[in-house]
Parts: sequence; structure tokens; C-alpha cells
Amino acid sequence: MNTVAAQSTSTGTSGTNASVWRAPQLSLRFWPVFLRNLLVWRKLAIPSLVGNIAEPLMWLVAFGYGMGALVGQITVAGPSGPVQVPYILFLASGSICMSAMQAASFEALYSAFSRMHVQKTWDGIMNAPVGLDDIVLAEMLWAAFKSLFTVTAILGVMLALGISHSPKLLLAWPILLGVGITFSCIALIFNALAKGYDFFTYYFTLFLTPMMFLSGVFFPLEQLPVAVRVVADWLPLSNAVQLVRPLFMDQWPANVARHALVLLAYTGVAFWVALALTRKRFRV
Amino acid sequence: MQTAQTAPKITATVSTTLPPLFQVHQLCKRYGDATVVDDLSFEIGPGECLGVIGPNGAGKTTTIRMCLGLTAPDSGSVHALGLEMPRDALAIKAQLGVVSQMDTLDPDFTCAENLLVYGRYFGMRDAQIRERIPALLEFASLSAKANARPGELSGGMKRRLSLARALVNDPKLLMLDEPTTGLDPQARHLMWERLQLLLGQGKSILLTTHFMDEAERLCNRLLVLDHGRKIAEGTPRNLIAEHLEPDVVEVFGVGALAVAESPLRALAARVEVSGETVFFYTANAAALLQALQAHPQLRTLHRPANLEDLFLKLTGRQIREEA
Repeated sequence: MNTVAAQSTSTGTSGTNASVWRAPQLSLRFWPVFLRNLLVWRKLAIPSLVGNIAEPLMWLVAFGYGMGALVGQITVAGPSGPVQVPYILFLASGSICMSAMQAASFEALYSAFSRMHVQKTWDGIMNAPVGLDDIVLAEMLWAAFKSLFTVTAILGVMLALGISHSPKLLLAWPILLGVGITFSCIALIFNALAKGYDFFTYYFTLFLTPMMFLSGVFFPLEQLPVAVRVVADWLPLSNAVQLVRPLFMDQWPANVARHALVLLAYTGVAFWVALALTRKRFRV
Repeated sequence: MQTAQTAPKITATVSTTLPPLFQVHQLCKRYGDATVVDDLSFEIGPGECLGVIGPNGAGKTTTIRMCLGLTAPDSGSVHALGLEMPRDALAIKAQLGVVSQMDTLDPDFTCAENLLVYGRYFGMRDAQIRERIPALLEFASLSAKANARPGELSGGMKRRLSLARALVNDPKLLMLDEPTTGLDPQARHLMWERLQLLLGQGKSILLTTHFMDEAERLCNRLLVLDHGRKIAEGTPRNLIAEHLEPDVVEVFGVGALAVAESPLRALAARVEVSGETVFFYTANAAALLQALQAHPQLRTLHRPANLEDLFLKLTGRQIREEA
């Protein structure tokens, strides 16, 4: 008998008609599922990389240099009073968070849905000794990994363009992985609810696009009316931007605990909800 | 579990003396008001091939899903290999091989990669799986297609790859949900031959099918399901003997339907009309055939009663709305 079979005793779906809100049953069995996605991606990595980073870079270059020439310097709050930064640096530090969000969302929606619903890959996996919870975990980490890969490539280009040389960017990297994790968890909720690909258009246009404008990616949040700012302060993307932007400017972010806790709360709640709705979808 | 492993070559005749490999007891499943599986019990012995037949919507796939712990039953129990579903679902599935109704092959992988990736789900090491791949491809008659992707394969090849994939963990019991649906006769015969080979190696099989010749050829025992209930169980031969007259005379052609209402009717134990064909079920076909000579315009077919007759008798000839 093989090793997994020998280890496994009671990690299947729990009792008859257990609540979909029961505690997650996660194990290392997620790893072969993650490896499966990695193997598919390795075959398509280069073309997909071009697609993943070309668009954000075009935005950055067109907007950053074009608008940057109009706007010039922009004033942001620093630890010791307001600081002037070039617009391109402001935009780059916000748009890298946006790219992490979009790459993770795209993978956890369109690609995960293809595997779950169209190709029935998940059904095939569940005929082997791998539970649904571990599949959802694998998809979540996979989408976050892909987002980190995109982010890394964009960071590389930003470094090459000389937009920022802050050594603190090294710290931005793991934070951006966290941002990818947060948004893949949220996206998996909508994946669990989707009947078809059309559904995801709503998610992107009604949820992600407004959030981009309300999170200080393109312009400082101070521009917004107070009522809108109250909402904006609790959006996951705006918290991510406030953690990452100072690192681009070689400064330490303020209110780290608050921003981190907001992101962690989104992640934890979203993963649990995604898991429950996916269990409901599969009736396990 | 140990007994099954160490038992000598198992044949169908001795299987009843060994403890069952798989036991389903009083399984029930409702979706809303609809009872999909109703008080279903059965067992599978080591080396046995159990066929589950029934019309579409009879509850076959739901039963398999409950056997795999993918659907929780409302009541009843599933025991396998000394373990219990769904508590030990993963430990049980580690020793099962499953071919579902729809192919779930990975379209982006070659045949060999499909086997490798699937083996990993069982916790097997890459080296261990790679060692098995040539034999699995050989078994599926796909050695020449090791580097082809599923999109390049015919329907029969895909099903055989699915079967090979289900064998990657060397399971004791295979669960096959309509393994030959949609295949041409050649591909179906090749699949049958492979399944016979597996039975010869002592593996057990649970099979659902719509093909009565498949059920008759492969299965030691049959379970007839309708509306989620078991309506008959036994060996194919016994079921036919128990429920049907030994001979069938089919009569068709102009005026066939009138014959069904004529005094000829008395020569058969039972008469059924389906479309333009009249079926006479009888223990004494000679007298009936003699009498039918008076109607030379009619065409007749005299044959022994088969599983299809049994199936239609038990589940009816009408087309179901859900079918």
C-alpha cells in the first residue's frame, strides 16, 4: 500500500449531512493538485507571462509618463509630514497591488472555473484520495502563486526602468503574495457561485473596477469625499496599497497592524465562505 | 482486506465464501421531495463483478457517488475493506479505482503525464508511478500514444486511458459508471476484454451499464434498479429463468398488431406490443410458430429470452419523461 493510504484514517467528508460551515479539513494532499496546475502552466508559461505583464506595463508607461508629465510631483502623507514623489512612483506602487489583485482574481475565476466546471478536473481528483477542501486550498495557493509570478515580473521591469530602487521592495514582495492570497480567496467565493463565465464579468466590473478607483491606485484617497473615504479605508485593495506604497518610497508604512489585520480578516472570512459555498455546490 | 490480498486466484464460484469487500446497507437519498435512492442494500465479494442496470434516473450514479463518499446518504451505511464511508472516505478511495461517466482526463497533458499526475493524488512517488506507466499504457493499448494528448484520441482510447488511470494505484475494487457508453462495437469489445482480464487477476468490479449484452457477458451478479429501488437481484441466467418464459417470438409486418388480439394470443404465456412489433413470451414456441404459418405476410423472429426482455419487463417499455 502506498504512503498516503497508510496515513489516512479519518480525513474524508465528515458525517452524514454535516454542515457546509464545518471546520476546514486541510492537509498536505493539496500539494499534488498544486503541482498539477504548475505542470500545465510550465507548458504555457512564456505566452501567459507576456499576457499577464503586458497590460499592466502599458498602463504604467502610458499613464505614468503621459499623466506624470502633466501632474509632475504628487504629495503623499509620510511618517514625518507630507512628501513629494514623482507621479510614476505613486502609480507604480499602487498598480503593482492592482496587478496582484487582478492576476489572482483571473486565475481563481476563469481558470479555476474551467478546471472545476468545464473540464471536471476536480471531479476526477475527488475520485482519488483527495478531499474537496484540499482542492480549494490548492486552487487558492495556485492563484496566489501565479499572481506572485506576475508581480515579480512587473517588479523586475520597474527596477529596470529605475522607477524605484528602494531596498525595502524586498519586503513588498511577500506582502504582495499576501495580497494575491486575499484576492484569490475572495474570487473563489464567486467561482463557487458561478453558472458560467459571464458571471465573472459582473465581479470584475461591479466589484474590482470600482475598488481600483477607490483604493488610491491612480490618485490619493485624500481627493475623495469623506463619506466615500470611510468605505475606501476598509477595502482590501486600499489597505494593500497603504502597506506597499511607502516601501517603494524607501519608507516604513504607518498603521501596519491595522492594514494587515484588515487583509487577514478578508482572507480568513473569504476562504471559509468560499469553502462552504464550494461544498454546497458539490453537495459534500 | 488481508484475506483478499492473500487469497489465491479467486473465481466467481468461491467468492461467496469470502467476506464481502464492499457492503451497502439500507442506503437512502432524497433531493427535496424526490427519493433518488430508496432502501438499497447490496454486497460485492472479492473477484466478483456486480452489474447495476436500470433506466436513466434510476439512481445508479447517485448510488456510486454515495459509495465514493462524494454524496452523503440521508440514512444507511457503506462499508468497504473494513472501513466506513464517509468517515474513512480517503482511506477507502486509496484502494479504489474509479471511471466516471464523463471523462475527466487532463486535456493539457499527454497520456503518460495524465497517469503520472493522477498517481500523485494517491501519494505515490514519481519514480514508483513512472515504473508503472509503460504497463498501464500497454494494458490500455495506448503504448504508441504515450505522448499524445486526450484531444488526439478516439472515444475508445479515452475510455481506456481513463481505465488505465483508475488502475494507477493497483486498486482492489473498480467502480465503472457506464464505461462503454458512446463507444463503437470494436472499442466496446476491447474494453470488455480488458475488464475480463482484470477480473481474471482477482479484481472486483462494480459496473453500471445500459447494455444488456455487456451485463450478461461481464457480470456474475446483477442488480436491477428502478426509481431508486432494487427490483431484482441475481445472476443473469437465474434472473431470466425466474422472471421470463424461455422463448420469445417477435412478430412484425403488416397486420402484426391484429395478431396480438387474435386467438393466437392463447398460445403464449404473455404478449407485449411495442410500436409495430408484437412479443410473444412462451415456453412452447413450436405451436405458436406453426399457427403463425397461416399469416405468411408476417415476419417472425424466434429467439431465447434475454436480459433485454427482463429489463423491459421489470422497468416497462414506455419512454420516461426524464430520459
